Amino acid sequence: MDLHITGGEPTEDERAAVDALLGPPESGWEGGARNIAQDGRTAAGGHSVTGERHLLLPAFHAVQDRVGSVSRGAMNYICRRLSVPPAEAWGVLTFYHLLATAPRPAAVAHVCDDIACRLHGAEQLCRDLEARLGPPLTGGSPAAAHDTHGGGARAGSSASASMGWQRSPCLGQCDAGSAALITRAGAMPERFVLAPAADASAIVEALAGATAPPASRTVGAIGTPRLLARAGKVNPASLDSYREYGGYRALARAIEIGAEGVIAEVTASKLLGRGGAAFPTGRKWDAVRRQPATPHYVVCNADESEPGTFKDRVLMEQDPFAVVEAMTICGLATGAAQGFIYIRGEYPLAEARIGSAIAEAREAGLLGADIMGSGQTFDVEIRRGGGAYICGEETALFNSIEGKRGEPRSKPPFPAEVGVFGKPTVANNVETLVNVLDIVLEGGEAWARTGTTASTGTRLFCLSGHIARPGLYEVPFGATLREMIELAGGVPGGRGVKAVLLGGAAGGFVGPEHLDLSLTFEGARAAGATLGSGVIMVYDETADLGDSLHRIAEFFRHESCGQCVPCRVGTQRQLELLPALSAPSAPSASSAPSASSAASAASVFGELSVAMKDASICGLGQTASGAIESALNLGLIERPVKGGE
Amino acid sequence: MNDAIWFRLPPAPSSVPHRPPTAEAPSVSATIDGRAVEAPAGATILDACRDAGIDVPTLCYLETLTPVNACRVCVVEVEGARVLAPACSRKLEPGMVIRTRSPRVDLSRKLVLELLASSVDLSTAPTLVPMMREYQADPGRFAKAVGSGLSSASSAAPSVSVASVLQPAKVDNDLYMRDYSKCVLCYKCVEACGTDAQHTFAIAAAGRGFDAHISTEFDVVLPESACVYCGNCIAVCPTGALMAKHEYDLRQAGEWKPEAQSVTDTTCPYCGVGCTLTVHVQDQRIVKVTSPLESEVTHGNLCVKGRFGFEYVNKTG
Ligand SMILES: Cc1cc2nc3c(=O)[nH]c(=O)nc-3n(C[C@H](O)[C@H](O)[C@H](O)COP(=O)(O)O)c2cc1C
Ligand code: SF4
Ligand code: SF4
Ligand code: SF4
Ligand code: FES
Ligand code: FES
Repeated sequence: MDLHITGGEPTEDERAAVDALLGPPESGWEGGARNIAQDGRTAAGGHSVTGERHLLLPAFHAVQDRVGSVSRGAMNYICRRLSVPPAEAWGVLTFYHLLATAPRPAAVAHVCDDIACRLHGAEQLCRDLEARLGPPLTGGSPAAAHDTHGGGARAGSSASASMGWQRSPCLGQCDAGSAALITRAGAMPERFVLAPAADASAIVEALAGATAPPASRTVGAIGTPRLLARAGKVNPASLDSYREYGGYRALARAIEIGAEGVIAEVTASKLLGRGGAAFPTGRKWDAVRRQPATPHYVVCNADESEPGTFKDRVLMEQDPFAVVEAMTICGLATGAAQGFIYIRGEYPLAEARIGSAIAEAREAGLLGADIMGSGQTFDVEIRRGGGAYICGEETALFNSIEGKRGEPRSKPPFPAEVGVFGKPTVANNVETLVNVLDIVLEGGEAWARTGTTASTGTRLFCLSGHIARPGLYEVPFGATLREMIELAGGVPGGRGVKAVLLGGAAGGFVGPEHLDLSLTFEGARAAGATLGSGVIMVYDETADLGDSLHRIAEFFRHESCGQCVPCRVGTQRQLELLPALSAPSAPSASSAPSASSAASAASVFGELSVAMKDASICGLGQTASGAIESALNLGLIERPVKGGE
Repeated sequence: MNDAIWFRLPPAPSSVPHRPPTAEAPSVSATIDGRAVEAPAGATILDACRDAGIDVPTLCYLETLTPVNACRVCVVEVEGARVLAPACSRKLEPGMVIRTRSPRVDLSRKLVLELLASSVDLSTAPTLVPMMREYQADPGRFAKAVGSGLSSASSAAPSVSVASVLQPAKVDNDLYMRDYSKCVLCYKCVEACGTDAQHTFAIAAAGRGFDAHISTEFDVVLPESACVYCGNCIAVCPTGALMAKHEYDLRQAGEWKPEAQSVTDTTCPYCGVGCTLTVHVQDQRIVKVTSPLESEVTHGNLCVKGRFGFEYVNKTG
């Protein structure tokens, strides 16, 4: 490709960071030292040149980790090395809010101000931090100046300062009550999560280098846990310890019964995907297995960014080998030799533990060629997300792996036919995959005896908000919402429940009258709710739901990929309409919304919501209005009397 | 006499070589608006509609580009589907029952147009005007609903405006300018500059969500970018966000008069490819050069000389 690159060379640090990932440049064409005699007039071309684009995001991460942001010179160098046009690289760079495009302090705290943490004083924490460190870092791309959750550049705290902070959407630590991701750029970069982030001082100390002892967190169950059986007991850094707890027996069994046997068991188990769409896993695997096109790929979706969700993080942190083993079984069953696990960038501990599990498994012959003497090959590569909720959507995730903007593709074609790199791909959620271990060991039918007929097995629920013991709970499908709340100790202070957010920001609210709702796919559907990613966020009677709704609207506006009109502009309009939707019960004072104007806002919102559901490309736009709509339907925002204008 | 060699006119140019016809594709039958239709396998719903003479509005679709499926103004109802389908990119499947007009379809189209018109300057996008009328789009109602919610109900004028992409135009070279106030983010320019035509990759979508926009790397001016000024992006832009500087200057001066322009097809004088040019003439002067989308040679694309190198013709004496 004929690249046209202007303006800026990389610094030594930037070059070193990229070379550490990609190896030294082979020639002057790639930005190495110019050597006419050696480089000659040879032209490199074809796939060898364009085939490395998938390393674009890893290269950006490498530079960001080293120097704290990606400069024009650094981007140019990456473009040369990977043969990516600079305009396209810029499009990718500005898509991810963990990547910065202008100099900033080396140490940055990404402080969660999302729905669960707001219930525990996130705004106050942000105000305190602002008093200590100055205004938050804000949006990077020029048009994003008014975007308070952007990832970026224009430093509120100046680049010369040693530390800065920015607001972050949910960090997947919702049971801690408050959380901050700390990133410190340098030759030995550090990334870790502070949860709870007790107060501004704790965050400033962490930025300055102090490490806090990890807080113990609640993990509970009704009955015998399956998915969480090893969590907290097994040593996540030791393959031997994993084996002591029964690890890698499932893979041995899978090799014994063969690919078809595995798929038969998974199908018999009636396992439904836990990532949100509840698609039958057996059918997905079978479809991929049958595809004539090769190679096939396995993608484990560990982008978990739905506000309120932290289940996959716990599995990866506490039982990483289980995730790797399950991916291996999936690879053998679907005829894939390569797997990717796409872990959100806000999960450094999960990334490290999965990384060491992969390395250890490889060493023990449990990944790589001829796994356990089966003659089959399978290996796993980690991809770190860049801070983009939309990359959890499977086709956006594929694009992100391929080094493109994380924009969802239109379906059909479905991933089983055209997935990552255009090849047949099975994409599964972490929790879905881990279920497969027991299914293979026990047989699908026996496994399916847990749960209900239509919702088999157990489910992980993430309890947060106004609840005595927030945490991760595993229960057989069929428990009621009330049982879950009781399991987690009920609402503190004996207060009543005002509402429960089920399924996260993309889910919806249910009222206290729904506490007997059976938490199954069919039960939720019948009640017009969704289990989504297993979020149960409790709001007590004193809670300010308007504040949460506003944060949810802001979340979708910030996380929309911007590709399609109904969602790109619709999420913006939704955010603007929200204040006008609530009407005071008494006739209005002049500064407050009046009942009739709220009625007109509600009718505009109603139509907008229908169009967003009907005409958006992907699930983000289709669900973005759901929580607000459910709140209106429940009368949680006072629904105005229909009155016209 | 018979042996004499006389100058002969060269034979009329033969048509451009075509790919040999492929074997007749099996056809797909479906129902559109109650009518039975047949279309070759691989045809989109839009192809089938157009063959059947059924009108479906489009904005981000163009015959010469890969469908990006972004604007969603072309959505139609497919029986049994949970959501609407984009006609421009969804393939027709056997037995599909499709409605191109229904309350659901019309509502989504109306909202798409309202969302665009409330956030983008559509003053040079004439194709959108009849569409807005057809779907009774009222883009002002967002500001009205938001504004009335904040001020007293009696105040007539909306006191609050809603967010838009309005911004200063980028005029950074002599050949063409970019006014992203008018950009509907249809991605057409990106495709024309990229793999669908030019392979220059000077511009791409950047940012995300409502802040997504078309940009060069680090938002540098065009002369610093990879742009070769072929103008193929201008040719596909549906809203006039991208415009030849010449046309822009005339418009700014109030001297752009489309009704007084004549249009003539000719052949580019510069090189042996012989691209078809459509020359737009106003007051005896060339004011714009385009190329027909249907041209077998150009598919609407030109190079910098053909598109912008017409000033010498205007130099009279
Ligand atoms: C906006 C959006 C975000 C998503 N985020 C996730 C996610 O973080 N993790 C996940 O497993 N699935 C997520 N999904 C669902 C995936 O697209 C996909 O359905 C899932 O990974 C399939 O795996 P499963 O069958 O095991 O559930 C998301 C979907 C949408 C529309
Ligand atoms: S619905 Fe939203 S997130 Fe999904 S493709 Fe459209 S703009 Fe992107
Ligand atoms: S003029 Fe040509 S090269 Fe320049 S941006 Fe437009 S399409 Fe790309
Ligand atoms: S500049 Fe024109 S062609 Fe490009 S995305 Fe915007 S409206 Fe479409
Ligand atoms: S970590 Fe704060 S809301 Fe999830
Ligand atoms: S014309 Fe089909 S989505 Fe734009």
